[in-house]
Amino acid sequence: MTLGPAARPARLRPLWLVAGAVAVVAAALAGLAFGPVTLPPGSVAAELLNLLPGVRIDSGLTEREVAIITELRLPRVVLGLIVGGMLALAGTAYQGVFRNPLADPHLLGVASGAGLGVTAVIAGRVAAGDATTNLPVGVPVAAFVGAVGAVGLTYLLGVAGGRGRSPATLILAGVAVSAFLDAAQTYLMQRHVDSLREVYSWLLGRLATAGWHDVRMVLPYAVVTAAVVLAHRRVLDVLGVGDAEATALGLHPQRARLVLLAAASLGTAAAVSVSGLIGFVGIIVPHTLRMLAGASHRVLLPLSVLFGGAFLTLTDLVARTVATPAEIPIGVVTAFLGAPFFVLVLRSMGGRTT
Amino acid sequence: MTVHVTGLRVALDGTPILHGVDLTVAAGEWVTVIGPNGAGKSTLLRAVGGLLPFTGTVTIAGTELGRLARRARARRVATVVQSPVVPPGMAVLDYVLLGRTPYIAPLGRESAADLTAVHDVLRRLDLEPFASRRLETLSGGERQRVFLARALAQGASVLLLDEPTSALDIGHQQEVLELVDRLRRENGLTVLATMHDLTTAGEYADRLVLLADGRVAAAGPPADVLTETLLAEHYRVRVRVIPGDHGPLVVPVRG
Repeated sequence: MTLGPAARPARLRPLWLVAGAVAVVAAALAGLAFGPVTLPPGSVAAELLNLLPGVRIDSGLTEREVAIITELRLPRVVLGLIVGGMLALAGTAYQGVFRNPLADPHLLGVASGAGLGVTAVIAGRVAAGDATTNLPVGVPVAAFVGAVGAVGLTYLLGVAGGRGRSPATLILAGVAVSAFLDAAQTYLMQRHVDSLREVYSWLLGRLATAGWHDVRMVLPYAVVTAAVVLAHRRVLDVLGVGDAEATALGLHPQRARLVLLAAASLGTAAAVSVSGLIGFVGIIVPHTLRMLAGASHRVLLPLSVLFGGAFLTLTDLVARTVATPAEIPIGVVTAFLGAPFFVLVLRSMGGRTT
Repeated sequence: MTVHVTGLRVALDGTPILHGVDLTVAAGEWVTVIGPNGAGKSTLLRAVGGLLPFTGTVTIAGTELGRLARRARARRVATVVQSPVVPPGMAVLDYVLLGRTPYIAPLGRESAADLTAVHDVLRRLDLEPFASRRLETLSGGERQRVFLARALAQGASVLLLDEPTSALDIGHQQEVLELVDRLRRENGLTVLATMHDLTTAGEYADRLVLLADGRVAAAGPPADVLTETLLAEHYRVRVRVIPGDHGPLVVPVRG
């Protein structure tokens, strides 16, 4: 039997995987090379290779410059890759689960829920007199509880509530839930004015420069999320035909949806707990990929991790270099990019919003 | 495979829709359910497909539906719902491949045998030229063929068709129904369908079941069910029934 190259099922083609890997490496090199001190990317690449066991290349960099790379910038770049990958992966998963192109960790209220959880922990800790700068390890758990609560509430209000469900209904429910949770968070901050500054700097979104602490904290959650969501990539395509037909095909749609929502919310919570509220990554990256690489989740999900990470690392580079010596919160940069993008997505949906 | 339905009752949101329906479709037979809007035709099909909770019994080749695991059920019964969801951006090949879901491990990927089955179905339905086209770019008639292809890829011997031709012009209606009839003869499929067009329903089905208010009002060969008296009673319509080559021709007339 002869099959044309087009008559194959949607699978991740090697070319796309290579493109994703190249994007990650290029973004990482840029993130490591540029900043208040600019280092030659070739030397940075040599120093990166030196981190591998048994490799010894002379990069021509001073000891101080090497320290800038490995101790200051590398943790931040790695954190950017993880957080960006998680947010894009969660966005793709939410969009698949809800069959809604507008679903995104922030628009669903998930990030606000996670934010409320983190604020509660920070406020509680400052009140207790703990002044260390590192976030407590319990933060992701609190964020997860908040995230799951929020997505559950949004789901109940937006999907289960009304029969005439449209993509917009779910998002409107998310807006209502976000507003409520943000108000709760503001109330909490007012009650704990001493923690205001810390919460506020976290709230605007930032990739911390706290060395490897945050990376170590977020990595286990990221690994679990990625493993669970990626394992469901074909299932997400089946869910695309709706619950009734998915059931007729032998699937348990509710069960699959629950597992995917939990996993995506865990990834979002972990990302939010270390980086604050960085919006729109879960909209920008999946939509761009969908236009370029196709709509199948078997392709979209792995690419979301790679390109999401690369995207956020580059955005972080912009955030910390465009107004030197000051840093713009990264959430401000993604919102500048994401809000117009969101309008584009809305317009491309045409009649489907009504 | 014989489909046997006894005492089927379904309530939706507390409202009883079906009040004890009995129905048998012999292996290789084509039975079409007719009846006015709201009679419970779609509900009956969804219950037989295992998509709704019900009381009573539905057996497929002697096995009770409730005893089958979802995947096992999906290998025996394939459903084409009334207006299937068209997932945006999905290629025809990927869509038909969804039909292999009951054969693929829940978190696994398709085997070479699954792909062979899909290509086989695409070839038999003349869909190979469309394999890499996006489903939403196809015309109504082409789409209906793709929906059928996905159901056939399930390898099930019972095919449930809910209003398979309601979105099509009469030319494409005939084409799709001839296709179903050909597949039925070639594969020995058992077909249970719902349809609004009474003449067409009678021309293709071996037997008709007239459903009214959730009960079977009449059942039997088309000539026995499509009578002026029965249709006047249950559809509140004035019709003339004329004998035709493949079954009665039902013509609405003004009183």
